[in-house]
Amino acid sequence: MPEKTLADAPALDAAQPGRGPRVLLGGRIPLARLRDLALVPAIVIIAIVGQIVNPVFLQPDNLINVLQTMSEMALLVLAQTMILIVKKMDLSLESTMGLAPGVAAWLVVPAGAGHGLGLLPGAWAIPVTLAVGVLVGLLNSLLIIRFGLNGFIVTLGMLIVLRGVLTGISGGQTFFQLPPSMLYLGTAEWLGMPASIWICLALFAVAVVVLGWTSFGRSLYAVGGNVDAAKAAGVRTDRVLGIVIVTGSLLAALAGLLLSGRLASVASAQGNGYIFTVFAAAVIGGISLNGGKGTVFGAFTGVLLLFMIQNVLTLAGVPAQWIGALNGLIILVALTISRITGGKAQD
Amino acid sequence: MSDGERTTPPAPAPQHGGRSPEDPPVVEATGIVKRFGSTVALNGARITVRAGETHALVGRNGAGKSTLVSVLTGLLTPDEGTVAFGGAPAPRPADRDAWRRRVACVYQKSTVIPTLTVAENLFLNRYGHAPGRLISWRGVRRRARELLAAWSVEVDPQTPAGDLTVEQRQFVEIARALSFGARFIILDEPTAQLDGAAISRLFQRIGDLQRQGVTFLFISHHLQEVYDLCDTVTVFRDARHIVTAPVAELPRADLVAAMTGEAASAGSAARPSTLDRDAPAALRVDALDSAGAYRDVSFEVGAGEIVGLAGAAASGRTEVAETVVGLRAADGGEVLIAGRRPRPGSVPAALAAGAGFVPQDRHHQGFVPDMSIADNATLSVPRRLGGHGFISAGRRDRLAENMIENLEIKTPGPELPVSALSGGNQQKVVMARALADDPRLLVLINPTAGVDVRSKEFLLDKVEETAASGTGVLIASDELDDLRMCDRVLVMFQGRVTREIPRGWHDHDLVAAMEGVDIHA
Repeated sequence: MPEKTLADAPALDAAQPGRGPRVLLGGRIPLARLRDLALVPAIVIIAIVGQIVNPVFLQPDNLINVLQTMSEMALLVLAQTMILIVKKMDLSLESTMGLAPGVAAWLVVPAGAGHGLGLLPGAWAIPVTLAVGVLVGLLNSLLIIRFGLNGFIVTLGMLIVLRGVLTGISGGQTFFQLPPSMLYLGTAEWLGMPASIWICLALFAVAVVVLGWTSFGRSLYAVGGNVDAAKAAGVRTDRVLGIVIVTGSLLAALAGLLLSGRLASVASAQGNGYIFTVFAAAVIGGISLNGGKGTVFGAFTGVLLLFMIQNVLTLAGVPAQWIGALNGLIILVALTISRITGGKAQD
Repeated sequence: MSDGERTTPPAPAPQHGGRSPEDPPVVEATGIVKRFGSTVALNGARITVRAGETHALVGRNGAGKSTLVSVLTGLLTPDEGTVAFGGAPAPRPADRDAWRRRVACVYQKSTVIPTLTVAENLFLNRYGHAPGRLISWRGVRRRARELLAAWSVEVDPQTPAGDLTVEQRQFVEIARALSFGARFIILDEPTAQLDGAAISRLFQRIGDLQRQGVTFLFISHHLQEVYDLCDTVTVFRDARHIVTAPVAELPRADLVAAMTGEAASAGSAARPSTLDRDAPAALRVDALDSAGAYRDVSFEVGAGEIVGLAGAAASGRTEVAETVVGLRAADGGEVLIAGRRPRPGSVPAALAAGAGFVPQDRHHQGFVPDMSIADNATLSVPRRLGGHGFISAGRRDRLAENMIENLEIKTPGPELPVSALSGGNQQKVVMARALADDPRLLVLINPTAGVDVRSKEFLLDKVEETAASGTGVLIASDELDDLRMCDRVLVMFQGRVTREIPRGWHDHDLVAAMEGVDIHA
């Protein structure tokens, strides 16, 4: 913990009045900025290892494959990152990711084939998906902010309810024959890259700018770091929390839309179990579970590192039966790597 | 919702400059009544602070000081009474910006956001960027540097605020308050967590700012500081205003009498030593070493003896005391408690060997705030509450009731959570736990920090009583009042025991030794 020792140094030397702690690397490069890049060396090493394991690894096709498989998860990580920064949690993201496109499919898929009702024309699919996301977010923030309920338990309950609703409307089955509008984002290619990659990168870029350079974005850190101080500084804390929770659910709905489009179906288990990986990626990327700490860029490197390791293992020919155990192991290893390169205890 | 709505046009800034005694007072509160349920926190309280003076507000815990601060800073709206700033009525409660331009409070508890930099904390939510444009971090840093330089606060604006020392944090908060335009600043026990050198720097800074036209309201438990620093003192007792007088015209005994409502005994009579030379030593510390904290520390505490361990904040006194009770392990040397050698670095082993312990920071290490008094007081003695790992609630409550009676803890019953008690009573709970197992050795670190005058006397009396029963006592503190009853005081300076002073010392001798200067040389 380099900063701690820095802060203690002047206290030991009481003879020097009012001396501020010296910053290790001078004032120009604050340590916080470097911590953003903590995982970059790890990513480079994994890339080199991957290339040695299998020369396919650094081929553009493979890299695009990695980015596309991680794009939906990455959007959930982005959502969870913002929510963690304001010192809340949203476990229900993974269910929202399934339910939002599920409801859309339920309403637009023609009756007869599966459990579809065929009530709305296909063009309504995307607005309905996003609307469901917003609705879930509003419900969560109503319970958490207005009623002051514990966010962890509220979203845990919501996780179960939403999953149950999806199972209910789909009869536990999978929606097929999705309208073209739902398939578009998951399948289209823009400038030679899948649209979902563009969307994912663009949203991360926007979030980096918003959280780094706007007063709204900075208020997220203030609320998560010390809510009373934020209030005292005139931040409308409840409004910030509400916006963050609703945006998170909206991003989860969008992630669900991308995944449904890519798989051309909505399974009743879509998104099931994702939330564990989401938390792992965020923490690996330097987001504190205690709020107020971490950056969007760090979270991106976290999820990227996880998926690169997975890809390397697949290329190395690890049997599919072992992937589950390895996924868990990867999370632990990646956490350790980020602890070593980040040099700071994770909390 | 309690959000700070900012819909009204900004109120006119308060006028400063050109002050003279005829100017309206910086703040004047009259007839303030504030009730919380059935409790009356303020009952017709008043205070008047004139421009440029440093005004002290003193009173025992529960006298209503904190409530008055909340009323003066607009965080609480009084049920009755008025607050005026510079002759004009106070802003609306929701208009936080207007309040901030008039008054600011630096609390004991930090109001900075530890994960953000100093610069960002200073300009939180007022980054000064045009609407629709991005924040210019270069601009924020530059303004932070200018602001800190203008008030000569030597802190790097790029440091994360969580890394600041208490002293630096206070200066940053003062600078932030001044940047809003406030020239009236309330300091809520600013010296509670500072060592002697830092306190004198703080006082110097307060003096500088005073000359630049800043008015201070100073809240403290240390009467000496009031006499050193302040021009006027106001005493509150039992939610009422008792007296306001120039400090110079109010002798110490009268001030204490105003606070306690009864005449204070002038100086305590010399305590007869209760050292039992025949009994084995309660504590023996032999050549204790710890890198970066202390070197080659050896001493003994006899049964029934009270030994002080004095020193400035970083002298190593706290670390030595923490090593004795197993909160930290030494690199070399050994600790013998009542003849036994507990495993180093293990609190349970030290407790089993017969140590009782009041830790440095009661909020941090002393108690679990939401657990009841009974649970807290008996936390370290589960085996006295019933066998086989089960706890008998009846036995626990009986034990706790004894302690409450023994230590005069003011509470309706043992089931009350400790967080609901005042500072002095919280410390009594911690003390009760230290005494719960009839220790052979009692180790106290800053036992009276943030405790009101009466509770302080009470706690120290209790220590004497404990020593009289044959327990050895070690008090690690830089508070002279804590050390007065010691049979001898060991002074630590920069990690070494430099002097041993027998009872009957003069204040300036001890302070000089703690600061590492020899006034007789």
